[in-house]
Amino acid sequence: MIKTENVIKVFHTGSGEVRAVDGVTLHVKSGEVVVIVGPSGSGKSTFLRCLNGLENFSEGHIRIDGQDLADRHVNMNKVRAEVGMVFQQFNLFPHKTVLENLTLAQYRVRHRSKKEALIKAEALLKKVGIHAKVDEYPSRLSGGQQQRVAIARALAMDPKVMLFDEPTSALDPEMVGEVLDVMKQLAREGMTMVVVTHEMGFAREVADRVIFMDEGKIVEEGTPEHFFTAPREERAKLFLKQVL
Amino acid sequence: MKYQQHGWFWRLLLVVILLAGAGQMWYAVNNVEYQWGWQNIPRYFFYKADTPVKAPFDSTVTAITVEGDSATVLLTSESGEKASLTVDAKDLRVKAGEELFDDDTAGYLHQWKTGQLMKGLWVTIWISAVSSVVALIIGMVAGLCRLSSNFTLRGLAGLYIEVIRGTPLLVQIYIAYFLIGTVYNLNREVCGIGALSLFAGAYVAEIIRAGIQAIPKGQAEAARSLGMNSFQTMKDVVLPQAFKKILPPLAGQFISLIKDSSLVSIISIIDLTKAGRDIASSTFATFEIWISVAAMYFVITTLLSQLVYYMERRFRISD
Ligand SMILES: Nc1ncnc2c1ncn2[C@@H]1O[C@H](COP(=O)(O)OP(=O)(O)OP(=O)(O)O)[C@@H](O)[C@H]1O
Ligand SMILES: [Mg+2]
Repeated sequence: MIKTENVIKVFHTGSGEVRAVDGVTLHVKSGEVVVIVGPSGSGKSTFLRCLNGLENFSEGHIRIDGQDLADRHVNMNKVRAEVGMVFQQFNLFPHKTVLENLTLAQYRVRHRSKKEALIKAEALLKKVGIHAKVDEYPSRLSGGQQQRVAIARALAMDPKVMLFDEPTSALDPEMVGEVLDVMKQLAREGMTMVVVTHEMGFAREVADRVIFMDEGKIVEEGTPEHFFTAPREERAKLFLKQVL
Repeated sequence: MKYQQHGWFWRLLLVVILLAGAGQMWYAVNNVEYQWGWQNIPRYFFYKADTPVKAPFDSTVTAITVEGDSATVLLTSESGEKASLTVDAKDLRVKAGEELFDDDTAGYLHQWKTGQLMKGLWVTIWISAVSSVVALIIGMVAGLCRLSSNFTLRGLAGLYIEVIRGTPLLVQIYIAYFLIGTVYNLNREVCGIGALSLFAGAYVAEIIRAGIQAIPKGQAEAARSLGMNSFQTMKDVVLPQAFKKILPPLAGQFISLIKDSSLVSIISIIDLTKAGRDIASSTFATFEIWISVAAMYFVITTLLSQLVYYMERRFRISD
């Protein structure tokens, strides 16, 4: 589903260049749940953003469902419609109601009829457990509710892959669970997911594979059992000691 | 609490200062022995015109019917041609059977007409309105170009904004009229509106740019991540949010535009200011005229800012 080859992303800043992603090669199979962990600044977000073209990578190849993002003839808008993304800060549209948040891109990108879009939106809101507040503006919702709406908004496009960038990091502790539950359910249903998170419990329970990144590189890669019980690399051990 | 207790003191002080200012003004005006003539001013707003109603050809008055305030005069010529004239009943100047020559006055018609100041006000309003719309379009395009990733567009927009903001409007109007207007044979209204639009457009562009940049990047990223293209993202997500932030400074710009439009009077467009100048130079009512002109500008700018205030409150629902 996702194949990346030696992806490099260099930021040119005033004080020099930052190799945020430094040669990442990764294959994610259809239906697989990959969790990326690593210290702050290790390039997790940047890599994730490269996967749906929010960031242009400097070198390498990313193939989503066979489409090479490095190819200039590939229509990025079409690719993005197939790759849902959930952000740390939710990024719901504050001037639209919850329902409108879910229908806007369905009209614009999928060209669905009003009826189709509404049926889809209502079914998804039910799935993520938002029943009553569909005509409210997002600012009236709690953080956990907002993030669940954001997940539903991404799902409304029927994506083939879902990317999550620290979806629970901006939430109050008591709301983390409700969002993780929705993500677990998605994983069970066979969604292909790439999740950047600091929730080690989630990684242990749901991930098919855990990737540990540091300084833009994949340092350790393996099943959750392997990663949490017997990591090979010193840096991974150090990281686990800090977070567990 | 303390503030409220002493509220009356500050109110009183305000009234005293205003009265003192007015009093000083009054005293100064009296010193120059100015002859006030406010009674002559209303006619520059509205006046009643006596229009003579004349016979179209040599004829005889065959009948007169009076109905309320107006009278209808029926005329018949020797060749049998007929005509009917309407005049005010109390200013009827003919009797039945009377013979009239071509162009003789059969009576007068009183009509309310708009005076020079009202005509000028109207010109000011429509020139400002048209310029605002054009400025909004120019500003939108230039503002978006300024944020474009294309170097040429960014450069052109930047140059336009810098040049306009770095030169006086008065000079721009002269260039628009005497240079561009002459070269391309444009009339003065087009030149005036063009200069005002380009001038305000540069400021609108900066307002729009700032408004768009004030919207968190995550909004556009969320829209793009759903597969929306850059145009849809702008139109459906960024601009509607930016618009709320932009509205107050944009309104301020359009209010400035109304006031700045007084400068087009120098290329002989008869706007409110030019009308004021014309009247002031042909009467001795200089003080009254300029006070009236100022008051008229003040009324329209105040109305506009009230309208915007109302709209702002309406838009606040989703926050
Ligand atoms: N737009 C940018 N311009 C310049 N440098 C950037 C930019 N975005 C990220 N970086 C740099 O790239 C590196 C990787 O950042 P990134 O946000 O991907 O890390 P991260 O692993 O997601 O960290 P965190 O856990 O804090 O979210 C950092 O050194 C960061 O400073
Ligand atoms: Mg990050």
